[in-house]
Amino acid sequence: MDHGETTAAGKPGAPEELGPPLVELKGVNKHFGDLHVLRDIDLTVHRGEVLVVIGPSGSGKSTLCRAINRLETVDEGEIVIDGQPLPQEGRALAKLRADVGMVFQAFNLFAHKTILENVTLGPVKVRRERGAAAKERALALLDRVGVKNQAHKMPAQLSGGQQQRVAIARALAMQPKVMLFDEPTSALDPEMINEVLDVMVALAKEGMTMIVVTHEMGFARKAANRVVFMSDGEIVEEATPEEFFTAPRSDRAKDFLSKILTH
Amino acid sequence: MGDFLSQFAALFAEYDVPGAFWVNIQLTFWAAIFSLILGTVLALMRISPIASLQWAGAAYVNVLRNTPLTVIMTFLFLAVWTQLQISLSDDFAQNFFRFAVVGLTVYHAAFVCEAIRSGVNTVPLGQAEAARAIGLSFLPAARLIILPQAFRGAVAPLGNTLIALLKNSTVAAAVSVSTETSTLMREMIESNANYIYAIFMTFAIGFVVLVIPIGLLTTYLSNRLAVRR
Repeated sequence: MDHGETTAAGKPGAPEELGPPLVELKGVNKHFGDLHVLRDIDLTVHRGEVLVVIGPSGSGKSTLCRAINRLETVDEGEIVIDGQPLPQEGRALAKLRADVGMVFQAFNLFAHKTILENVTLGPVKVRRERGAAAKERALALLDRVGVKNQAHKMPAQLSGGQQQRVAIARALAMQPKVMLFDEPTSALDPEMINEVLDVMVALAKEGMTMIVVTHEMGFARKAANRVVFMSDGEIVEEATPEEFFTAPRSDRAKDFLSKILTH
Repeated sequence: MGDFLSQFAALFAEYDVPGAFWVNIQLTFWAAIFSLILGTVLALMRISPIASLQWAGAAYVNVLRNTPLTVIMTFLFLAVWTQLQISLSDDFAQNFFRFAVVGLTVYHAAFVCEAIRSGVNTVPLGQAEAARAIGLSFLPAARLIILPQAFRGAVAPLGNTLIALLKNSTVAAAVSVSTETSTLMREMIESNANYIYAIFMTFAIGFVVLVIPIGLLTTYLSNRLAVRR
């Protein structure tokens, strides 16, 4: 919580100011056939840290995000979450995934369940919470993301921005240790992006550990402790948002920023 | 003409035509329930992450789906009952009825499995990923997220399988279910050859009358239950 009041100018960037390591990737490699999508990735995310992963499409940033809860397997290397190596399969993996919240680009709300059921399903079926307690907590979370009045609708009846906010509530209902966001605003109409980013900024301010794959520089500047720039499957540059956006060191980062900043 | 009709109508006093259709409906009812269960298990095997189960499910479907139903029925009658002397009931007629249900079930389960798998293909991959991401393992994810949507997307192909099952129930004749429609039709024609067309039309229309509502119902349900995305 002690990061809450820090301003954009004095954001804690150095790891020693943050909590203990929560997500660690060591020597991670992955191939899709001939394509080397993750190259020797070493990355540590500390408790309470907000990490933004940025990079051109095809750079491996989504794969990196998905590998952290093993939606993608890796060929080599180790991924450790809160001191535990990521299990291969089965119950242990399911248990660990329950502790890692995930928000997808395409929302992926359960299409045959109401908004409320989407949020209570995990707590009731995975955490074995009592229905009434789970419902109460779900409604509080839906209220927090501003869609409580939609609780009894089906996902298809909501706008993209509302669906994504429900998806965030669904992930939060599991009380995760870390939240992964895989391009959460890329599928949204422009006028809906901010309502989702606002929820994410609030979450960051509360001290949630977050790994966010996004191109939203406003969000990175406002909420991130650190920006990781990926290109061709490798981490090219790590810096504070201010450093990265104003004075990128690598040519690939300069080239990428020049392309997204010209308009 | 009036003479023809009254004599033809008299056949219905001699032969129990509605009773024969009732036998086919009962065969269809039981085989539909059991093949839905077996077909669902097979579909789960085919979409499971375990390679040996996938293989076993695929092998079952490919063998049973490509074997003529008559061969399966004859196998049950000649190999299982006559040779191995395995009986499913002490009552003679009941034994053959049960064998017919078994034959219809194992055959149509292969088609039910494929219908459900086509339903699974209507469910976007993201649904399974979201289910896994909140910590559901394979079976709970299948039961709570994938199958409910898959069944709703598979209503039309499942309806087609049910229609095929109803018509195929006449193959029960191959395991000596002597009270069902095709057997009765043959008996009636053999003894009353001058009414062959009328008798034939009676049974053909009977099946059409049974099948059309199934088609209408599945079309209605398919639209009604479709998952909106």
